[in-house]
Amino acid sequence: MTRRRVGQSRPPTLALLLAGLAVAFFALPFVGILWRMPWSRVGSVLGDQAVREALRVSLETSVLAAVVSLALGVPLAWVLAQFDFPGRSIVRALSTLSMVLPPVVGGVALFFSFGRRGLFGQYLDRWFGIRLPFTTAGVVVAQVFVAMPFLVLTVEAALRQVDPRFGDAARTLGGSRWTVFRRVTLPAVRPALIAGLVLSWARALGEFGATITFAGNLPGRTQTMPLATYLALESDPESALVLSLALIAVSFAVLLGLRDRWLGAPSGRTSVAAP
Amino acid sequence: MRLLVDAQVTRGSFALDVSFAVEAGETVALLGPNGAGKSTVLRVLAGLLALDGGRIEVVGEGGGVTLWDEPASDTFVPPERRGIGVVFQDYALFPNLSVLENVAFGLRARGIRASSARATALGLLDRVGLGERAHNRPDQLSGGQAQRVALARALAVEPSVLLLDEPLAALDALTRAEVRSDLRRQLAAFPGVRLIVTHDPVDAYALADRVVVLEQGSVAQTGTLDEVTMHPRSRYVADLVGLNLLAGEMRAGVLHLPNGTQVVAADSALSGPAFVAVTPQSVALHRREPEGSARNVWSGTVTDLDRRADRVRVRVTGTVPLVAEITPAALIALDLAVGQTVWISVKATEIIGYPA
Repeated sequence: MTRRRVGQSRPPTLALLLAGLAVAFFALPFVGILWRMPWSRVGSVLGDQAVREALRVSLETSVLAAVVSLALGVPLAWVLAQFDFPGRSIVRALSTLSMVLPPVVGGVALFFSFGRRGLFGQYLDRWFGIRLPFTTAGVVVAQVFVAMPFLVLTVEAALRQVDPRFGDAARTLGGSRWTVFRRVTLPAVRPALIAGLVLSWARALGEFGATITFAGNLPGRTQTMPLATYLALESDPESALVLSLALIAVSFAVLLGLRDRWLGAPSGRTSVAAP
Repeated sequence: MRLLVDAQVTRGSFALDVSFAVEAGETVALLGPNGAGKSTVLRVLAGLLALDGGRIEVVGEGGGVTLWDEPASDTFVPPERRGIGVVFQDYALFPNLSVLENVAFGLRARGIRASSARATALGLLDRVGLGERAHNRPDQLSGGQAQRVALARALAVEPSVLLLDEPLAALDALTRAEVRSDLRRQLAAFPGVRLIVTHDPVDAYALADRVVVLEQGSVAQTGTLDEVTMHPRSRYVADLVGLNLLAGEMRAGVLHLPNGTQVVAADSALSGPAFVAVTPQSVALHRREPEGSARNVWSGTVTDLDRRADRVRVRVTGTVPLVAEITPAALIALDLAVGQTVWISVKATEIIGYPA
């Protein structure tokens, strides 16, 4: 090819400079961590029973939180995208409020509503024997509270982009609402669905404030990696570095593995036809 | 079987109020400019939009009437139970499904087992020469192929009414002519009611037996193509088929225009409100007032020169606004320019009136 494609030409110098600055800003903290990393202790810290427990709790709860976010968030996104009802903008604002709130405030709110003496929590306890605070389930609740908005926002935006004629066509062919959703709408928004799932999972994995406020810090049950890391920083800063490294490695591996394939990066085929 | 439509829909400031009928075995083109309400009619027939007033009904072979939509009796049959096939503008093939799954979609939605639905779909694709493309994605098809797949998908569920929304608008000029004749054959093979929405009179000519001309939400004219093209009843239709339209009162062989101008016609049998269609070729232009036998002579100002390949259309405004069509050589000989005053003449034998 003799002609250079527009997308492959060199970006302007100023943009390049600022972009480089942004990359450095993201990269330097990690350089700092790696610089101070007590490499000889990595094995022993990660082999520690408490650390392994925290990693297990973190992975289990964050995956579960992402799944719950998917199960509840997709219907919510669909309703927000497809139906015009009074108060829709209020519902949308409410659904994304916890993205903006300091997570600690979310934790406090959860505590006073779903805590044992909370407005709803007391009935959960009395009628069903369900206690959320200081349980692993409580960790998941806290994580879903802060993570689901990422999925709702991503999926709703994608659903709005789906050409309504596909739905029309499917209906004239005899497709029920469910058939249309399952065979036409959902595949069209699949990249956004996966992006939203990853974003909400990542947010759940990193959750700290709401978790410690609502679910506490019980090793093996509610102590997640971010909690363990924060506590280690006070008693044994070197092991905090190792824990950070583990979290960074897990997150980076997942993002790297998914990004090019799913998160809207250019691929061979787009799933939504040009209008 | 016949489809009877009496549809009233109001959406904001746009009001649609049309009635027409389509018989099984004939192709009717719903022709009109953008915004006339053509697509709204199609959506209403497909059951994607509910009527605000009127009714849509299908009269079967035995005379049995099936009501599809009637707000007065609170009747509404959803799209999947109307027995319709729709070919959408730009075809709306499902991008994530293969060509085969697109065609099989309607059958599977009706609960037919996947394997037998696919077998039927493959048969349909073979019939339109696309069997080899069954496992391609829609975006790997050419425009003409996509059109055939869209039609196959619509016909797979064996509808009794086929609706096509601008079926050729998505194609470039070259493929268009080819697909047009192909589509014509396929339509002829479909025994039910066939309705095409189009803004292009050429498509209507090529595909339809009858046209329903829609303007600003209501029916401006219906009839066979010959009727409509020879006797346009609105400025839009006249422009569409390239004729000058004069409307007035016919008395004793003279058409009296609203501004008082008199136009002498060929015969004197007609009387009362009438239209006259004048072909641009029969309008003669002169730089000076002509002498001779032409009885209809007026002066006017050239307001537009539209140069075509071997013809020039000259728009003249004045007491009788007309478009004349002359050769490029004549344009040079007359030395015409926009803003110039010219004389126009039309022979009385070219003025044939028909009742309004």
